[in-house]
Amino acid sequence: VTGVVPSRIVVVGASLAGLRAAETLREEGFGGTLVMVGDEARAPYDRPPLSKQLLTKGWAEDRVTLADPERLAELRIELRLGTAATGLDLSAREVALADGTTLGYDGLVVATGARARTLPGTEGVPGVHTLRTLDDALSLRASLSPGGVRVVVVGAGFIGAEVAAAATALGNSVTVVEMADVPFEPVLGARMGEVCAAILRENGVTLRTGAGVAALEGGEAVERVLLDDGSAVDADVVVVGIGVVPNTEWLEGSGLTLDDGVVCDETCRAAPGVVAAGDVARWPNPALGGEMMRVEHWDNAAHQGAHSARVLLAEEGRAAPFGTVPWFWSDQFGHTIQLAGRPAPDDEVRVIEGSVRERAFVAVYERRGRLVGALAIDRPRPVMRLRALIAEGASAAEAASGGRG
Amino acid sequence: VQRSFDEGETMGYRVVVDYDLCSSTAICMQFAPEVFEVRDDGYLYLLDETPPDDLRAKVEQAVRGCPTRALSIAEE
Repeated sequence: VTGVVPSRIVVVGASLAGLRAAETLREEGFGGTLVMVGDEARAPYDRPPLSKQLLTKGWAEDRVTLADPERLAELRIELRLGTAATGLDLSAREVALADGTTLGYDGLVVATGARARTLPGTEGVPGVHTLRTLDDALSLRASLSPGGVRVVVVGAGFIGAEVAAAATALGNSVTVVEMADVPFEPVLGARMGEVCAAILRENGVTLRTGAGVAALEGGEAVERVLLDDGSAVDADVVVVGIGVVPNTEWLEGSGLTLDDGVVCDETCRAAPGVVAAGDVARWPNPALGGEMMRVEHWDNAAHQGAHSARVLLAEEGRAAPFGTVPWFWSDQFGHTIQLAGRPAPDDEVRVIEGSVRERAFVAVYERRGRLVGALAIDRPRPVMRLRALIAEGASAAEAASGGRG
Repeated sequence: VQRSFDEGETMGYRVVVDYDLCSSTAICMQFAPEVFEVRDDGYLYLLDETPPDDLRAKVEQAVRGCPTRALSIAEE
C-alpha cells in the first residue's frame, strides 16, 4: 500500500450524487474527515417530487428531505451549506469557497450538478419560472395552486410535460410551446414523440410546435409570450423548461477538462484524487460502447455518486469502470413513462407488447440490429429486463422474444 | 405482526411499501425479484413481507434504488 488512502475528503455538491458519495464513503469504512459543500442553504433533498407531488399534492417541504440532521450527524459530515465553491487548485489540493475560505482535501468529489437553462433576459421577471430547486418549486406552486391562471410552458421536454400535467391538475389552462416540429423527438424519435405529444393534447393541453419564443411581454409581470411566427399566447405564468447547464464555472482554469461537464475517464476519475458524479460528469460509458455522455437522471446520480466514492478509496489502477444504461421515469396525466438507453431519432422503433392506441405499451429501439433503447408507457414490468439486454448488446430479436420479464 | 424474541434471536425486519409514492417503476424487481413483483396490471406486489436475512442486502439495495422512495424497512 502506497499511502494513497485519503484522510480528508471534500464533496462539492449537496444533492443526491454528493450524498450517495458521502454515504458510500462511510459504508466503505472511510473514517477520516468528510466535508460537504452546497450552494443552497438546505440539507440534501430529492428533486423528482418537485415537478410531481410537491406541486400537486401539497407536500410539506420536509417530505423531500434526503438526509435529516440526525442522519447527517450519523454520517459525521461537516456541512458547509449556503456556500458555493468558487475555485479549485489541483496542485495545492484546495477548494475555494464563496466566503473566502479554502478547504484542503486529499480526495475530492465533484457533484455540483446542473442548473436550469433560462431564456436570456427573462431572469427575475415576475411570473417567469424555472424548476430545478426546492425554492423554484415552492414559488411555482404558489403561482399555480390557486388555479384559473393561464400557464405557458416553454419546452416540451419531460419536466415541461410534468409541469403541464401538474398545472392542469390544479385547474389552470396550459399551453406548451415547443421549438421542434415534433416534441420529444431528440429523445424518443418522431413516432414515439408524437405519442407523448398526443398524451398532452388528450389531456387538454394546447401544444404549439415549431414555435420558438421571440420575446416575453408585460408590465410589472409577464402577460404574453410572443412566438417567432408573429403570434402571441397570453400568460399569467411562464415556466421555462429548456434543459440544464452543468455547473462547471467554478472549475474553469483549474486544469480539469471541461466540455459540457467535467470530463472523466471510464471510472469517473477527473484527475488524481478527483472524481465526478451526477449531472455534472461526462464520461465514456462502457455499457454503451464507450460513448461519451452526461446523464441527468436520478438513477444515475444515485449510482454514480456511490461509484465515485469507491473509486476515491480504490488503490491506484484498481478502480472499476462505471457502466450504466441510462434510465428515467416520468409521471404525467396518470401515465408512468419509462425510457432505458439512449435512442437516436433515426433508430428503428418496434412495439413489442401492449397497444399504442390504449397508451399502454413497450417499444424497443434498434440500430443495426442491436437493441439500444426501450420505452414503456404504463407497462413497467419488462423495462429492467430490456435495460439489462441493452447493456449486454443484445439483438433486437432477443428483446422481442426472450423470457417474459 | 406479533413475534416474541428469545434471547439471542436476531431481530427480524419487515418491508414497507408506501403505495401513494410507488410509481411501479419496477426498479425494485431488478434488485430483489424474490420480494418485489410488478405485474402486468401495473401494480407492485410484495411477495414476501418478512424476507429471510440472506435477502436483506438485496432488499436494502431496492430500498435505496427506488427513485420514488416508496420502500422502507421496519425493524421488528
